[in-house]
Amino acid sequence: MGVPLKWLKRYIEIDWTPEELAHRLTMAGIAIEGIEKVDDDAILELDLTPNRGDCLGILNLAREVAALSGKPVQIPPVPIKETGEKIDDLIKIEIADPDLCRRYSARLVKNCQVAPSPEWMQECLVEAGIRPISNVVDVTNFVMLETNQPLHAFDYNLLGEEKRILVRRARNQELLTTLDDIERTLDEDCLLITDGKQPVALAGIMGGADTEINDQTSDVLIESACFWGTNIRKTSRKMNLRSDSSIRFEKGTDIDGVIYAANRAAQLLQDLAGGQVVAGVADVYPQPAKARTIRLRPERVNFLLGISLEGQEIKDILDKLGLKADEDQGDFIVEAPSYRPDLELEVDLIEEVARLYGYDHIVPRLPEGDTSPGGLEPYQKFRNRVRELMARNFYEVVNYSFINPTALDRIQVPVDSALRSVVKVANPLSEEQSVMRTVILPGLLGNIADNLARKNKDLAFFEIGAVFYPTLEGLPEEVLKLGAVVCGQRESYWLKNNLPMDFYYLKGVLEDLLQELRLPVCRFDPIVDPSYHPGRAARISCDDHEIGLVGEIHPRVLENYNIRFQACALELDVKTLFALSQPRSMKEEIPRYPAVERDIAVLVPLEAQASDLLEAIQATGGALLKKIDVFDIYAGDQVPAGKKSMAFRLTLQSTEKTLTEAEVGLLIDTVVDALQSRFGGTLR
Amino acid sequence: MLNKLQELKSKSEEMLSQLLSIEEVNDFRVKMLGRKGEITQLLRGLKDMAAEERTEAGRQANELKARLEELINGKLDQFKAQELEKRLAGEKIDVTLPGRPVHRGAIHPLSRVAEEIVEIFVGMGFSVAEGPEVESDYYNFEALNVPRDHPARDMQDTFYINDDILLRTHTSPVQVRTMEKMKPSLPVKIVIPGTVYRKDDDATHSPMFHQVEGLLIDRHITFANLKGCLMHFAQKIFGEQVKVRYRPSFFPFTEPSAEMDISCVICGGSGCRVCSHTGWLEILGSGMVHPRVLECGGYDPEEVTGFAFGMGIERIAMLKYGINDLRMFFENDLRFLSQF
Repeated sequence: MGVPLKWLKRYIEIDWTPEELAHRLTMAGIAIEGIEKVDDDAILELDLTPNRGDCLGILNLAREVAALSGKPVQIPPVPIKETGEKIDDLIKIEIADPDLCRRYSARLVKNCQVAPSPEWMQECLVEAGIRPISNVVDVTNFVMLETNQPLHAFDYNLLGEEKRILVRRARNQELLTTLDDIERTLDEDCLLITDGKQPVALAGIMGGADTEINDQTSDVLIESACFWGTNIRKTSRKMNLRSDSSIRFEKGTDIDGVIYAANRAAQLLQDLAGGQVVAGVADVYPQPAKARTIRLRPERVNFLLGISLEGQEIKDILDKLGLKADEDQGDFIVEAPSYRPDLELEVDLIEEVARLYGYDHIVPRLPEGDTSPGGLEPYQKFRNRVRELMARNFYEVVNYSFINPTALDRIQVPVDSALRSVVKVANPLSEEQSVMRTVILPGLLGNIADNLARKNKDLAFFEIGAVFYPTLEGLPEEVLKLGAVVCGQRESYWLKNNLPMDFYYLKGVLEDLLQELRLPVCRFDPIVDPSYHPGRAARISCDDHEIGLVGEIHPRVLENYNIRFQACALELDVKTLFALSQPRSMKEEIPRYPAVERDIAVLVPLEAQASDLLEAIQATGGALLKKIDVFDIYAGDQVPAGKKSMAFRLTLQSTEKTLTEAEVGLLIDTVVDALQSRFGGTLR
Repeated sequence: MLNKLQELKSKSEEMLSQLLSIEEVNDFRVKMLGRKGEITQLLRGLKDMAAEERTEAGRQANELKARLEELINGKLDQFKAQELEKRLAGEKIDVTLPGRPVHRGAIHPLSRVAEEIVEIFVGMGFSVAEGPEVESDYYNFEALNVPRDHPARDMQDTFYINDDILLRTHTSPVQVRTMEKMKPSLPVKIVIPGTVYRKDDDATHSPMFHQVEGLLIDRHITFANLKGCLMHFAQKIFGEQVKVRYRPSFFPFTEPSAEMDISCVICGGSGCRVCSHTGWLEILGSGMVHPRVLECGGYDPEEVTGFAFGMGIERIAMLKYGINDLRMFFENDLRFLSQF
């Protein structure tokens, strides 16, 4: 909201420059986010916090200025010359739903001359961003901006013959055409002003077209009421209709200020439109608000703020704010004014003291007393470690946790998969962001596709983030995943020994990671997962715990992402990694006797799996067999069809003695025999 | 005999000076000092001499032998040094060529900044707490003094899963979750990094972003302590020269509430585009924990007080790294990621 400085100065003398005023208000919590200079005036752009809706009324803003400068606020007097007629004879007000309308008051001004309002008023309104319409409408807007009390003006003669105001809930499907000429369909949650028969206004939001002030209007009924903000907010949202009035009711208005506002409007209509004010104010106020009193303990002020103010200093601040305070056993009993609905608790008053004392005058001090050690828990440290290790070979990405449900199609998740059961966002911004991910892969594949489209190549990304599984009741289960994807070559390099980032590359990096994280030896077993190449994917497990999977992405999935190169990915469960991670320790003595290396090559069926051979060799070799390396694999012309040659280097070593040639020979023979009997492998 | 020695001496010195390689020096050594070498022969001849001559000749012969050994070794050293020099000269490489890449990757700037922020508070004795991203309305709003229909809910446009479950709009729900777990022990001293969501997507808003929250509750925590801790934080993360100021603000879950501004890290406070020519940048919201929040967490607001604060990690990262477009954090362009 923009507040013209000249308008503000109608209520208080201000010596400060606009910039100085803006600074002081900002530092006292009434943020001025900009100053717009127009002709001979400056307009302050207010950026109010939701608790200070009162400052949407310029008089209340003047009270803030007064608290800062010590100058008095001049509240405009409202001298009214009333006619002989009595309002109660001319209008009957009833409130059917007092929970939604706590107070409804009205004044009647007869014989108004509808015309443009005077220049000074038009100028005020224009500078505040409101279009002048006519003196009658302008007066209601002017008083609203002045007092923060929304007003509405009805053409009294257009109200039904009963001359009655009935405030009630709308009926379902009831219709009302509002001032903007839109016919609105209402329901029972909307509050209406009716003339007993017809709706004449959507309470607190906008008047009806039928009783609108027009050129022929002469008798004006001014409504000054208090509607329940929450209901106004709901209706305003439902109707997609926000007005200067609804904004104010939503934030809360001054229920005891309605009479002043009605009088002020009547006085202005009398002065500016030649109106004659009917005697009295029609006022229905079923349950008058009780005065709010709050006990303020000076020692509590000092305790909470970490300062030491005397009681009198606190009293001075309360006085500046216009807060009435009575002393009671060293405390203050403070009366919260009705225009400050935000003041409810002692802490609210402590904030008032603090902001007037000046936050910057409170001397910073580090907390004393118990020094807690603080720090990260082992799992938190572990995650940081995983991130650091991954960041040696991959760039970390951050993807949205919500995805397009079609992403599950793109990665070929079967229709009956549990991963299809998703947590849905009820009000997503778009389909693209409408379900919480159950897999981490789509985001990473998207990153590859986006980067390739931008001509970035040789890509290696990882992400650590949650996936979400629905539960029967309560919150979904959040599971932290580590995902990584590679596409292209390890690094273009002038030495030309480029390394394709293929399955074995990714597996190598993964094995490196598992070793660094001190996991026991993990198994890699072939697995068929629809997102991956059916012959090039492995499930990773350790004992009975499944850790995740690694594999080459299925060509159809690549196609779905418009990725024209091979890509490989891994998906791991971070918590399982953590659970399996072992503390570092020395596992064995360094042997004092020399090791012996022996190479063997065996012919085995093409489909034989390295892991099976390695296991068999180890089982046969026993404790003396320290290490087995696969150093060659060959299939082709040199070996029979359907066979491949696998060459292993065996390292033998005893902790007790130097092995003799005979012992080594015997052991190798046993290994070869075992391979022959299990795999039909023949020594090459 | 002595003449012969003299002759041999000058002859061998002469020969030595003409040698050109390690091989020639070795040959010369054999020729002179080998088993059949001239000096060896000469020494053998000593035994035929008269005793009185033999002593003097023997002394001189040994002297010559020692002298030759020394000269030969010197020559050898000289040639070895020359040879090494030659070899090294041939082994010159272009040291300006790039090194063999070992590891290539990086931590995302948001993770890096989050970790840095957390570390500063851990250094002040804070522990790290966490909570779910899909959260109940209760912890996200109600327990934080934002009842249903409270206008403050308009401050944060919320993604809902259903009436009771939502995507958390801030890391603050972890405040009450942690208090419930810890009560009645003190202090509650936690820092909470995490992902949060708001229904907002434009040049300066992302529907998903990140925050770090902090909470310190103890028997006597004051607003002065809040200022002390946050000033320490600002100086650690932006440098000792940074100035801070606090402005009254409003959050339903703190009272009094304050926003902390730092002197603009771009212009140093003289005013520029980044700070909208004010010289100040708003970086975090904070305040004394609202009594109702303490009660929801199971603490008596008359017995304990506390402060809380929260900041956007994207904002801090943008200021710290000079990033001017929020969206870059989520585009994951290699050319961006590889700069950190």
